[in-house]
Amino acid sequence: MPELTGVPVSPGWAAGPAYRLTEPPPLPAPRPVTDPEAELARAAAALRAVADDLMRRSEASSDRAAAEILVAQAMIVRDPVLEDSVAAEVKAGRDAAHAITAVLAAYRAGFESSGGYLAERVADLDDLRDRAVAVCTGVAMPGVPAPGVPFVLFARDLAPADTVGLDLTRVLAVVTEEGGPTSHTAILARSLGLPAVVRCPGIRDVADGTLVRVDGAVGAVSVGVDEQTVAATGAQEQARRSALAAPAGPGRTADGHPVALLANIGSARDLADPGVPVAEGVGLFRTELLYLDRTVAPSLEEQIATYAEVFRVAAGRRVVVRTLDAGADKPLPFLAQGREPNPALGVRGLRLSHRDPSMLDAQLTAIAKAAAGMDADVWVMAPMVATVDEASRFVDRCRAAGLARAGVMVEIPAAALRADALLGVVDFLSIGTNDLSQYTFAADRECGELAALLDPWQPALLDLIGACGAAGAAAGKPVGLCGEAGADPLLAPVLVGLGVTSLSMSARALPAVRAALATRTVAECRTLAAAARAAGDPAAARAAVVNG
Amino acid sequence: MPSRTVVVGSASGLHARPAALFVSAAAAQPVRVTIRTGDGPAVPAGSILSVLALGAKRGTEVTLEADGEGAEAALDVLADLLVRDLDQEPASSTETAGTGA
Repeated sequence: MPELTGVPVSPGWAAGPAYRLTEPPPLPAPRPVTDPEAELARAAAALRAVADDLMRRSEASSDRAAAEILVAQAMIVRDPVLEDSVAAEVKAGRDAAHAITAVLAAYRAGFESSGGYLAERVADLDDLRDRAVAVCTGVAMPGVPAPGVPFVLFARDLAPADTVGLDLTRVLAVVTEEGGPTSHTAILARSLGLPAVVRCPGIRDVADGTLVRVDGAVGAVSVGVDEQTVAATGAQEQARRSALAAPAGPGRTADGHPVALLANIGSARDLADPGVPVAEGVGLFRTELLYLDRTVAPSLEEQIATYAEVFRVAAGRRVVVRTLDAGADKPLPFLAQGREPNPALGVRGLRLSHRDPSMLDAQLTAIAKAAAGMDADVWVMAPMVATVDEASRFVDRCRAAGLARAGVMVEIPAAALRADALLGVVDFLSIGTNDLSQYTFAADRECGELAALLDPWQPALLDLIGACGAAGAAAGKPVGLCGEAGADPLLAPVLVGLGVTSLSMSARALPAVRAALATRTVAECRTLAAAARAAGDPAAARAAVVNG
Repeated sequence: MPSRTVVVGSASGLHARPAALFVSAAAAQPVRVTIRTGDGPAVPAGSILSVLALGAKRGTEVTLEADGEGAEAALDVLADLLVRDLDQEPASSTETAGTGA
């Protein structure tokens, strides 16, 4: 029985038949068109088949938001202008598949150059093109398989468009060949509580319907298991889930050492997530939503109202607000930034305020005004801080705005290395592991091929987290962590052992982390942390903790 | 030709759900309605691809045009949809509007 391994990204056990996400078909070689009328009929029939399929899936979907997206996709395929343009291409001599591809490519280019929301819809157009080409060439349409029984989804990688159709009652677990710990697949699986393993190239050769067992905590995929294993795994997972549903409380180790468990949110709407009420507060309130898709900066009043809504819902709890984390990779129209050759290394985060601090000052003023008279414990932190001088200037601005608790994120190795000096000027640190990994390993977060470098179990990353934790303990100041690494229940005790005092994550991941912490004493956490740091690589670090 | 110039009121602009609702309503009208931003080319309001490609955001001024019997009523219905914040409205109220009733 082959044992495959990949990068674990979402814990849990699942077993059942594996089915592969159907790959988009390659565009066939062009065919000469001898009968334009018949070719046009073929193209129209293909578009109709795609629209009908989307509508069928929409009607079958129990998720209202997903159903709406599918209907919107069908509207595009049924667009009379699309059919007219395809007809023109066919008359010009293109076959159905190439005519549809050419027309959608023209819209694709337009969407892409518009940027923002439209640029993100490019994947939707590609999906429609792939579906239509599949019909034209007589192969199965790409997409999520529907074998009629619960199954383990195998895929090269999952695009947002693929995951829209995921029916949770059918998918037991997700395993992909590519992708990384911060990929769309990983984030989605964690937010849905589905076991998931990424970077597992071995699944390529597994035939549809083969029984497999997935361990999302260690990244193992067993191929060709028997029915008995499937049944036992189902029971194991059910027991795990009922343990997670047990009454919540503040995060504590087995010996009662408090570790605040907080939620990451992007707006007040996220506070409606059923997982949030059990959180002890918000460890990362991303404020970008307020600024995206705007031609002018939001007004002071609008900002105050947005922040106040969050503070009101989170009354009596901590809310850590991150100031605007925009830059060349998340451009804002009203900032009029030039193109940068390396956006991730460019003017982003707090660096934007060096040129013009007015936007930062306005944001800090709005946060302070919104916090006034509210019961929430409001902390503020800046993203992309490299030096003590930057941190010190940020703290001064916070104090001037009337904000009592000012901290900085640790995303740049330079900041982690000088954590003790930073803590001399700030009230707290919050480690953003996604960016800290990217900058420590010089590995683009979006590059699936480099995912192994971005594994949060990399000993070098653990060393940097440990440096922050030790500095925090020495200074008697909090050191939180708000990257995806915090959501890994196996890693959580290690992080606590490294000196992290709070963990912030997707609300759905909180119960598993709370349960994991409750099984270890602080002394055990420290032992595990030392063992993980002593390991040579992520796999050895995990093994040391699993067996520790 | 009868026309209406209004400012897009939906928070997400003429994208996503607001665009779908608007295009469905436009397609349900008895007359052909066009939409444009500023001096840009007028495109069919019943074409989702064309409407999305306008890239109209909240606050963008758009002009609707239609000719023939029922044009004024059609423009009224569609202009009303454009100025509202469809992102904020519950699905039931927008569905009624979406039928063009």
